[in-house]
Amino acid sequence: MAAPGSDIRRYPGFLPITILCLVMLYAPLIIVMIYSFNDSRSITSWGGFSLRWYEEVFFGLEAAKFKVAALNSLFIAVMAGITSTVLATAAALAMIRGGSFRGKPASFALINLPLMVPEIVTAVATLIFFSTIGFTRGVATILVAHIVFCIPFAYLPIAARLQGIESVYEQAAMDLYASRAQAFWQVLMPLMLPGIISGFLLAFIISLDDFIITNFVKGAGVETLPTAIFGAVKQGIKPNIMALSTLMLLISVIFVTISYFVGKSGAKSSQ
Amino acid sequence: MGVNEPGSSTAVAITNIVKRYGIGDASVLALNDVSLEIQDNEFFTLLGPSGCGKTTLLRIIAGFEQVTAGVVHLYGEEIEQLPANKRPVNTVFQQYALFPHMSVLENIAFGLRMLGKGKAEIESRAKQMLDLVQLGGFADRRPAQLSGGQQQRVALARALAPAPKVLLLDEPLSALDLKLRQAMRVELKQIQEDTGITFVFVTHDQEEALTMSDRIAVMSSGELQQIGTAHEVYEEPRNKFVAGFIGETNLLDVTVEEVRADAAMCRVGDGAPIACSVAGNTTKGARGHISIRPERMSVSKPKRGDKLTGIVDRLVYLGTDTQCLLHLDNGTEITVRAQNAHESTLGVGPGDRAALNIDAGAARLLVD
Ligand SMILES: Nc1ncnc2c1ncn2[C@@H]1O[C@H](COP(=O)(O)OP(=O)(O)O)[C@@H](O)[C@H]1O
Ligand SMILES: [Mg+2]
Repeated sequence: MAAPGSDIRRYPGFLPITILCLVMLYAPLIIVMIYSFNDSRSITSWGGFSLRWYEEVFFGLEAAKFKVAALNSLFIAVMAGITSTVLATAAALAMIRGGSFRGKPASFALINLPLMVPEIVTAVATLIFFSTIGFTRGVATILVAHIVFCIPFAYLPIAARLQGIESVYEQAAMDLYASRAQAFWQVLMPLMLPGIISGFLLAFIISLDDFIITNFVKGAGVETLPTAIFGAVKQGIKPNIMALSTLMLLISVIFVTISYFVGKSGAKSSQ
Repeated sequence: MGVNEPGSSTAVAITNIVKRYGIGDASVLALNDVSLEIQDNEFFTLLGPSGCGKTTLLRIIAGFEQVTAGVVHLYGEEIEQLPANKRPVNTVFQQYALFPHMSVLENIAFGLRMLGKGKAEIESRAKQMLDLVQLGGFADRRPAQLSGGQQQRVALARALAPAPKVLLLDEPLSALDLKLRQAMRVELKQIQEDTGITFVFVTHDQEEALTMSDRIAVMSSGELQQIGTAHEVYEEPRNKFVAGFIGETNLLDVTVEEVRADAAMCRVGDGAPIACSVAGNTTKGARGHISIRPERMSVSKPKRGDKLTGIVDRLVYLGTDTQCLLHLDNGTEITVRAQNAHESTLGVGPGDRAALNIDAGAARLLVD
């Protein structure tokens, strides 16, 4: 327990500031969620409960467009998630188990650079890069860009996990006649798995909801869910967008929750 | 040379091993020219304070560290080029390092599985090992569901299962509480005798070393101080470090009066000469120390003619013993232990003058 003097609740103004922050963060989300069930076409006045906007998302005029966009998003998020997780795992193994090598700090900076560089800068740079090498823009360019900026997000939980695994486990495996490969696949890999799953889920979510970079590098006519939503909103906000947004929020929450519990069970089993 | 051929009874031969971690100014000399031979079927203990290089030596035998200089032979074979997973040597790690994602049985079976043994053989051997460490009912548990003592047994069973030629144990008992530790000492020794496997046991606990070992190698700051049986290192320490580290001792400044074949007569201050056993060579007139164990001396009321006298500082009751702290007239502090076995009293109390009596054969001269 915290000492009485350092209890945060004793600071004056703690309660109002907390409430203000929570309202700023979550009020818009809650309003979107509530109005996605609004029977009225208005986005400001309540007309009773209904699921018609959800129906509209799946079966309405724009359903086909959203479906293609959603499949694109899903495909890109899965592929980018897997690829960046594999790369991030390799990077984490090199950084944490690779001993000290020349350029190690530089490698670390390089891996994590996408977290520091403003996204718009990366977006413009990626666009220029693809134009320079004459790459036709489309799903492939989006995928490549996503893999790159997802690496640090996958790297963080994997590296954190690996850092917590003492190398004595691999040594114990080798002591018991395991080859390097066996020690890796049968001992280190299962121990790293919770971190790898967390890394994948994080990369998946980051890819799924990316807008800025995607918008720059996507070809004409190729849409992901975020760019499709943005396109739809430009013609005025309709409640079906709120329903779609609520669905995406739900997916995010599910994934983050899984990631949280995977991380927690991993922490428990390694004690 | 063949492995385990009759007549080659040396299990591990360490010859002039030097181990330096790092390079340049920041390097640490962990082992400095260590040579020793461990016999087949022996319970051999590496004893020394923390940081003296015990773990390093064990890791060199296991194959986890490269030597800076020197050679290691395993049953007559040079194993320098052999990686850890090719050496017929298993380790019980200090923190056990049980695989948390495997059951107790899977942990024990791991080594056999890696050796490519058949399923039936693995199963029966692993079960047999479980019974050996008395954990028959725990096969399906995860390591996290076991107590510290049980985990320790699993680690032991896991390392014994592939029937290694040499078992290395790095302070395996240090994480257990006292009662369990004492019980495990007996059990470990029993298992070593039953299996006939050579044990190399690392500890910083001299009592542990004395109770279990066939022979003990005492180490300090990367150097070997003495190798011998428990009796030898306790009764015939070779130097001040060994005398001080194993058990308690008192050191008194002396002058050598006379040197005989296997003993020397030494004088403490202007007292009567005392016969001492000698470690190493000495000459008449040399100065040195004698080491005397607290239980090999007694205090009494001073009589006329007693030369070794002092004032009793304190008496400490220790249950089986009473400890008497004596401040000699020449300034030396002496600890004497007397058993509380009989109704006897020391006959002196704090603040009294007392005479110090040294048992015959109790003094050992240490040449620095
Ligand atoms: N990997 C390492 N890198 C650098 N120094 C080390 C390493 N391992 C051990 N040492 C140093 O070598 C010395 C001996 O260590 P160790 O063999 O662990 O001693 P012990 O097991 O007797 O406590 C210590 O000074 C320790 O700090
Ligand atoms: Mg150690």
